[in-house]
Amino acid sequence: MKRIFAIESWCLDCKRCEIACKTFHSASRNTVAALRQENASSRVRVEGTLKMSLAVNCRHCAHPKCVEGCISGAMRKDPETGLVTADPHKCVGCRTCVSMCPYGCVQVVCVDGRDVALKCDLCSEDGHTPGTPSCVAACPNNALIYLESEGC
Amino acid sequence: MLDYLLPRYKVLRDFDLCTRCGVCERSCSNEVHRVDEEHDTVTADHMKCVNCQRCVVMCPTHALAITNWPQVGNGSSNWTLGYMQDIAKQAQTGAVLLASMGNPEPYPVYWDHLLLNASQVTNPSIDPLREPMETRVFLGARPEALTVNERDHTVVSKVPPQIKLDVPLMFSAMSFGSISLNAQTALAMAARELGTFFNTGEGGFHQSLKPYAQNAIVQVASGRFGVTPEYLNTAAAIEIKIGQGAKPGIGGHLPGEKINAEVSRTRMIPQGTDAISPAPHHDIYSIEDLRQLIFSLKEATRYQKPVAVKIAAVHNVAAIASGIARAGADIIVLDGFRGGTGAAPKRTRDNVGIPVELALAAVDERLRDEGIRSTVSIVAAGSIRSSADVVRAIALGADAVYTASAALIALGCHQCQDCSSGKCNWGIATQRPELVKRLNPEIAAQRVVNMVRAWNHEIQEMMGGMGINAIESLRGNRLMLRGIGLTDRELAILGVKHAGE
Amino acid sequence: MSRITAPREGEVRIPSGCAIAGILDRSGTRHDGGDILTSIALMHDRSNGLGGGFAAYGIYPDYADLYAFHIMYESTEARHETEAYLDTYFMSEKQERIPTESSTAIKNPPDIWRYFLAPHPVRLSMSGLDEAEYTMQHVFHINGSIRGAFVASSGKNMGAFKGVGYPEDIGEFYRITDYKAWAWTAHGRFPTNTPGWWGGAHPFTLLNWSVVHNGEISSYDANRRYVEQYGYDCGLQTDTEVITYLFDLLVRRHGFSQEMAAHIMTAPSWDEIDRMDPPQRAFETALRITYPSALVNGPFSVIIGSNEGLLALNDRLKLRALMTAEKGSMVYLASEQAAIEVVCPDAENVRSLDGGVPFIALLDEVARRKHLEAPENNPEQPRPRALEVGVQPFVRKEA
Repeated sequence: MKRIFAIESWCLDCKRCEIACKTFHSASRNTVAALRQENASSRVRVEGTLKMSLAVNCRHCAHPKCVEGCISGAMRKDPETGLVTADPHKCVGCRTCVSMCPYGCVQVVCVDGRDVALKCDLCSEDGHTPGTPSCVAACPNNALIYLESEGC
Repeated sequence: MLDYLLPRYKVLRDFDLCTRCGVCERSCSNEVHRVDEEHDTVTADHMKCVNCQRCVVMCPTHALAITNWPQVGNGSSNWTLGYMQDIAKQAQTGAVLLASMGNPEPYPVYWDHLLLNASQVTNPSIDPLREPMETRVFLGARPEALTVNERDHTVVSKVPPQIKLDVPLMFSAMSFGSISLNAQTALAMAARELGTFFNTGEGGFHQSLKPYAQNAIVQVASGRFGVTPEYLNTAAAIEIKIGQGAKPGIGGHLPGEKINAEVSRTRMIPQGTDAISPAPHHDIYSIEDLRQLIFSLKEATRYQKPVAVKIAAVHNVAAIASGIARAGADIIVLDGFRGGTGAAPKRTRDNVGIPVELALAAVDERLRDEGIRSTVSIVAAGSIRSSADVVRAIALGADAVYTASAALIALGCHQCQDCSSGKCNWGIATQRPELVKRLNPEIAAQRVVNMVRAWNHEIQEMMGGMGINAIESLRGNRLMLRGIGLTDRELAILGVKHAGE
Repeated sequence: MSRITAPREGEVRIPSGCAIAGILDRSGTRHDGGDILTSIALMHDRSNGLGGGFAAYGIYPDYADLYAFHIMYESTEARHETEAYLDTYFMSEKQERIPTESSTAIKNPPDIWRYFLAPHPVRLSMSGLDEAEYTMQHVFHINGSIRGAFVASSGKNMGAFKGVGYPEDIGEFYRITDYKAWAWTAHGRFPTNTPGWWGGAHPFTLLNWSVVHNGEISSYDANRRYVEQYGYDCGLQTDTEVITYLFDLLVRRHGFSQEMAAHIMTAPSWDEIDRMDPPQRAFETALRITYPSALVNGPFSVIIGSNEGLLALNDRLKLRALMTAEKGSMVYLASEQAAIEVVCPDAENVRSLDGGVPFIALLDEVARRKHLEAPENNPEQPRPRALEVGVQPFVRKEA
């Protein structure tokens, strides 16, 4: 499957990826509304400083720990596309996935009064087919690249 | 002492669009923007803005624009705000005014007064989609006549060394030090991809560029930084820099803070020391000295590399160029006064030298009058802004052109003219690691390649329109040009007729 | 004689389309001008009455060693001035008015004379030039400096007959059927301007060269400024003139064969060169590097006559028509096939010339001689230039 790779040497800590992520995953898909009204959360997170930074993003692992640990069946790896997603309707907010993920790429946020797991879905429109990742498109310096890689 | 200097620019922020995301703050090395999350405000320190437009491009919601500082002058066209501000700055600092990039003053741009021709009826235009449209150029000295064996198809007489350009355009000299290694790498990658050449400038040849040596021209300038036999033999050609269009008659000064470990190793000077290029070469006080240097370099490279001599376009340029041709140079580079620079005294940049259009026309004509034009190549430099400028330069008499500013603009340069600060937000004219890494050479090279390919397509279209399918038939073909809005004297110097004639 | 008010060649640049034709007998047998007249007359519609002419080789066997000058005069003063000039620099064996037939189709003809001349031996040796160069420089002087005089041709045992009118009328005017030549070329002109000047008609000639040309070369100014470096004065501003000078430079001065000169002027494309074997590629590359400004670009077809035969050449994209055919020792060339068949209905090997591939038809005796010549050209040494005349000789400074 195609995965997002982050290249530390080209990351500028500009965080445009985070903004693009929030916008795509907002209800309005409008940056101003997403950031100011919807207070959307980003699924990609830039760690570091201006001098050294890296965008941390879900690897969509071949054997995802988050799926392994999920107690409610909300975490799922699509057997065909390899996409790892969290179903907010099934999620009970137990945070097992958060503690299991070796990369810190799952977070739990409050949606409509419920705590649910939130993670990168490769900007999928239908929940199981990867889309065109917004963070990659927004990166000004090719610090995020979307490449075919081995293993689903 | 209270600083009387006013801000030059004002940051306009559309608060309806601003999301306080902070991209602008993190993008600006001049520390103009400031996001205060606690109070949910974003402010700008206008004084620090240099109008590089990095924040404008980076802002995810296009909430930013930069405008001139709204202060009016006193209405005088003599004591303009610009002159008064310059005085305020000098009264404060007592220093020579520093500036960067090319002469921005409103002198005539002759390119904009030269119109191109096209075929109608009496001869056909040539369709570049159907017929070969050749833009390949060789640069080097040429014999006046060739001796060949017509039966065996072999060349009996020697042809001097040449460099082959697949497009009639090269990237002019910009040293590692004045620009970042990423910028130089991007130009090197683009040059190789395009089949043309980049120029190391007077900054030595960084070892990481070895794979691009066949597309490199190395420069020997008055500071002689990084010049070794290996340096000379590594590249495809050697350029002796006598002068630069942006600052004719003066040398260069790379401040010590830009001489980091890598620059120090490449230039072969101690880290942290200022790199001073003297105004003249102290072994060239006359034309015969130049001849000695040319032949020293030819000896050092066993006559395998063409040697170019680059001069700034100055008043007596035709006679100087003739001397250079006779001194044994294979290529003459003419750099007009709108050519860029990393740093130059402002008064020199804005007042010294002449436009390359006039210099080129005068040199080409003089060399023809003397019957030696065909034995030497001419490269025109100093603000080639578009493919049409390339066509005009070649029709005036150039073999090829050098462009640096256009290539830098393709890389991201917004001509803010603040190169000398070393805080280039685009990662071009800086050595700060966090800024240098903003220029990913792969993206940058692709942008330059795209630009040059686009220009070359346009050149082919224009050549086809003229009924020409090889660029050598455009060279010096001044009938393909007509002046518009020029005086008889200007037309005579350019050697073109007025439109309608 | 009335003054012409329309612009002349040299005052404006005049592109033109045309008809061209050529006939050669390789055996050297001489034929009268009847066939060439018939051939060019058939292509009447390719010219517009503003110029026609003929060049003929082998017409003056009795004076074969002398330069035959055909000179047109607009006034008696011009003739007196020219003759005084010729008396200074040449020795005249014979001079006479060229016989003409008055015709209603021909308006306002000039007074046309011919002279059989040898260069003045003392002045020739003092000039430091060879005989051909000496003669050429004086032709340039007459054409450039004597008002109302124009040298229409200046070669040996050849001549040009040209003027304003349709070519068939010009032929009758000059009574070309009275001359016998082993090679004829003809030209009918369709200029896109309206000059009515006899000197501007074609063939254009220089020494033994005569050129008839159909086309408009887009590299004109690049070619002009190249040859002007070497003392050629492109006063007429015509394509034909510059093609002639390019040929003269490459063949007479640089010593190339006519075929190689034509090859340089229509060099193969870089795509073709890149596909060649390395030695051939090196050869073609060296030629293109050395002679970039001799490349002729844009549509043209030319027939170049010389004392060796005829050479025909098309631009490398083949943008102009030119046909050739043979019959026995005869070679025919014309813009249109019908213009060949009208004089030789059973012509063989009728074909269209390829673009950029010179077609050469030599006299048999010349072909035999050529075969024995050295394969290497021998360019002349740089000669003194006007700018460098002085105490010091001109020395080329190079590696």
